[in-house]
Amino acid sequence: MAIEVRDVNKSFGTTPVLRDVSIDVESGSLTALLGPSGGGKSTLLRVIAGLEQPDTGTVMISGVDATRLSPQRRNVGFVFQHYAAFKHLSVFRNVAFGLEIRKRPKDEIRKRVMELLELVHLEKMADRYPSQLSGGQRQRMALARALAVEPEVLLLDEPFGALDAQVRKELRTWLRRLHDEVHVTTVFVTHDQEEAIEVADTIVVLANGAVEQVGSPAEVYDNPANPFVMRFLGPVTEIGGSLVRPHDIEISTTPTEGATEATVSRIVRLGFEVRVELEIAGQEAWVQVTRGFAERLALQPGDTVNVRPNPGSRSLALSAV
Amino acid sequence: MTTDTAVRPAPAPGSPGAGARARSRFPVSGGTALGLGSAVLYMSLIVLIPLAVVVWRSADQGLGYFWRAVTTPDAWAALTFTVGASVIVALINLVMGTIIAWVLVRDRFPGKGIVDTLIDLPFALPTIVAGLVLLALYGPESPLGVNLAYSRIGVVLALLFVTLPFVVRTVQPVLLELDRDMEQAAASLGASAFQTFRRIILPNLVPAMLSGTALAFTRSIAEFGSTVLISGNLPFKTQVAAVNIFSQIEGDNQTGAAAISTVLLIVALVALISLDLLQRWGSRRG
Repeated sequence: MAIEVRDVNKSFGTTPVLRDVSIDVESGSLTALLGPSGGGKSTLLRVIAGLEQPDTGTVMISGVDATRLSPQRRNVGFVFQHYAAFKHLSVFRNVAFGLEIRKRPKDEIRKRVMELLELVHLEKMADRYPSQLSGGQRQRMALARALAVEPEVLLLDEPFGALDAQVRKELRTWLRRLHDEVHVTTVFVTHDQEEAIEVADTIVVLANGAVEQVGSPAEVYDNPANPFVMRFLGPVTEIGGSLVRPHDIEISTTPTEGATEATVSRIVRLGFEVRVELEIAGQEAWVQVTRGFAERLALQPGDTVNVRPNPGSRSLALSAV
Repeated sequence: MTTDTAVRPAPAPGSPGAGARARSRFPVSGGTALGLGSAVLYMSLIVLIPLAVVVWRSADQGLGYFWRAVTTPDAWAALTFTVGASVIVALINLVMGTIIAWVLVRDRFPGKGIVDTLIDLPFALPTIVAGLVLLALYGPESPLGVNLAYSRIGVVLALLFVTLPFVVRTVQPVLLELDRDMEQAAASLGASAFQTFRRIILPNLVPAMLSGTALAFTRSIAEFGSTVLISGNLPFKTQVAAVNIFSQIEGDNQTGAAAISTVLLIVALVALISLDLLQRWGSRRG
């Protein structure tokens, strides 16, 4: 294990932020800490980096107890949401910083920095200053800077959070490819479930300072441990007292076994997908179907249809209150 | 790839508003012209014309007279003492002002708000009152048993008091705005607290520190009120340039007063320009 976090508790004043958190991060993996804001995921990342001290519990990095080690001595690379660029230093000097601190020979520094700048596609920007770069470029520079010192683990705190949607999507794909090239154990924090599913090997879902579930993207999406995780990982709707994914619902105009009668209240076309909004015994629900399917059924508001969860799909019973 | 600092293109001719003011032949908009005009007029009335008059007056009776007026033993002594003391004062306040700004921004302690307000007191207080207070504290009847009256140290003390706010108030906002993540990033890259200060924090503070120091220095060479009491105005010893100018005026030597004033002006200008050059040089070097 590259990182082992055991029973970590942390409070800010009287507010608990992390409650008995234990996670394992495998060497060479790409793990996402996913959860709503205020869920404790950034704090957990900062505890691993040594930027926060846990109240109780331990952090092991590569088998060494790092709980009381200063950030300087943990050999982790940290990437901040707002880049934390050294704005008085050129891109080259930013990336070289950790190596200069380690007093590496000049030639070695130059070689390593240029390699890294090529890796993050900033080789032509070496002499620019951070203020002359776009947000995406700054974040790639920050990544190169963190990788320069060959960290045991790379920690990224909402790395794409400050970027616009387009750049964000590009960088995500790029991060995944970079990780496949560099293989450094990476943990990143995100509140975007799509980002976590697309990029990570393992997702740790954190809410209210506690771990809700750990698993591969497919596991947490298809077999959520509880209604919270199911809701957080993707769209849900409620049918017959169960939480179901809206694309896991069969809809037909003829009565089927185990189906519930519903009235179509609205039909929304969103490109290739169609959102059919229903009313089932006074409760609202919705179903996601493809455009072709919706056209074949020729649904109209006011129609009566029969709906049931797909056999074999996962649904979570909500405890009746 | 776009950059954040793309230069904004000049507004295209015929942009909205151009039609309404089609007769205006000025490329600047009405608002800009008004702003620029009033700024130039104000600067001229308040600063440039009075200063020009001083310089003009100093050359009234030729360069030879100017030189003699400046190099009379008492005037020269006052000038060198003033500049020397101001350099010391500026340097001390550079260090102390930065430390105070640091403490005010980074540390938490009871009464911080009060201290923060007290910093501005030297600005608010009439400087003669400052002199009076200092004389009461460090004069012949000092309750502390420290008598600095009529000594050069007393003058330096008064100048330190008056110029304290400059460095504090220029460094403080920069320090407040400084991205704390930068320091954490440096730490996680292995930099010690000292290395982080030296390589990350200090370079970001230097411009503010330098301009605060320049302001403190120029204020200090022109100081009159706070020094007049504690110095005792002993020529060749504790008399500062501003007081020397005042005594020249009292002795009806207007041209001599103007000449010494002009020298002070040149010193201030040289100090401001060289610190500005130093800053540019520093920022180019990165």
